[in-house]
Amino acid sequence: MGRRAFLSIIALGALGVTVGSKVQNFLGNSVGTGFGGLLPFGDRFRIYSITGNYPSISRRKYRLEVTGLVERPTVYTLSDLEAMPATAFKKTFQCVTGWKVPDVEWRGVQLSHLLDLAGVKPGAVALTFESYDGADTESLTLDQAHLPDVLVAYEMLGAPVTLEHGGPVRLYVAQMFGYKSLKWLSAIRVVDRVEPGYWEQNGYPVNGWLDGSTGPTNPTPGLT
Amino acid sequence: MTMARPTPASRTTLRVLRFDRVQRGAHWANALLFAILILTAIPLYFGSFFGVVLERHTVQEVHLWSGLALPLPLIVSVIGPWGRRMRRDVTRFNYWTRDEVRWLRTLGRSELEAEKFNPGQKLNAIFVAASIAVMLVTGAMLQWFHFFPVSLRVGATFVHDVFSFALTLVIVGHIYMALTRGTLRSMIDGTVSDDWVKRHAPQWLPVTDTEHTPPRQPPLS
Repeated sequence: MGRRAFLSIIALGALGVTVGSKVQNFLGNSVGTGFGGLLPFGDRFRIYSITGNYPSISRRKYRLEVTGLVERPTVYTLSDLEAMPATAFKKTFQCVTGWKVPDVEWRGVQLSHLLDLAGVKPGAVALTFESYDGADTESLTLDQAHLPDVLVAYEMLGAPVTLEHGGPVRLYVAQMFGYKSLKWLSAIRVVDRVEPGYWEQNGYPVNGWLDGSTGPTNPTPGLT
Repeated sequence: MTMARPTPASRTTLRVLRFDRVQRGAHWANALLFAILILTAIPLYFGSFFGVVLERHTVQEVHLWSGLALPLPLIVSVIGPWGRRMRRDVTRFNYWTRDEVRWLRTLGRSELEAEKFNPGQKLNAIFVAASIAVMLVTGAMLQWFHFFPVSLRVGATFVHDVFSFALTLVIVGHIYMALTRGTLRSMIDGTVSDDWVKRHAPQWLPVTDTEHTPPRQPPLS
């Protein structure tokens, strides 16, 4: 009886691993996001910060630098970004470690638009992103950066991006795992080779495609 | 000149050994690891609600290594010549009498003459032991995630979270019982009073702790 109970609990754990994603989806829909958002039953963000702090940048003082191998290095304010043509869609935020939050509303400027404005010089291959936290960095190839669902996002979940989610402005790379969507974006440098970012130096794949492949599953994702 | 007063001997009762050094050592090592794991889990899980004290990476490393060490106290205490009492108690968790099952079904309202452990204590031990295995495996899946497809990572996260909630509740209950039922001392100096045995474990013959004999009542399964 004792052994049976012991093995039953382990079997329950194993079952949970295999069907957990479905159970979580179901419970997430029935429990909702309010208080239920604190419980493991449902989809909720786990806030990661490399440094242990959130760099506090006011919306007024926020600046985004686009520099490197470009014709016109520029520094943008938040209102500059907000004045540009906006792109909005709902997409899943999927963390590489397993949790996800479906149907997150995103709004921002397509990264490709900023690159067009800056004028990428010949010889440029990749981008390096820097964060106001002073620790995180990320990379994308120029091809990846031109995907239409790569955003410099200033709205998330239907409101300005909060500090804990990387506000006022963060990157969102829809087709890659969450670690590619760098928070507290401070600078975009156009460079001549891929410089692996913080998480890549800690063992994560440089190309963080959601399906683990070498390319996007859906090269022309529908935008809404 | 002497005054009549109760001698200390009239207040001391016979003490019976409930847990030996090995068991107590394993228990407290286990408790320490659980405490570290829960404390480090809080900022990892509720990151958005607490001002974070340490770098996430540090917290994560402490959590990881404590987690990997978690089964060690149990394993070390059960193997080897020093683990005789521990092994004897582990076999106890597997023996369930009809009365005990009924006691559990009626949530403790039926009559029961308990052996060394009552059904609740047995269930606690079984649950914690099984959960250690589950937490270890799912935790390892989260750490070495690239060996697993995303759907299994989601499942492992889910199970790790749900079990951590359940474990925390069970541990809180365990501490509450230890503090209110006077059994804490048996985890400190290892002993309980003669009187305690009569009240809480009347069927327990302490001498059987070091013998390889089954409990007096026949096992149910």
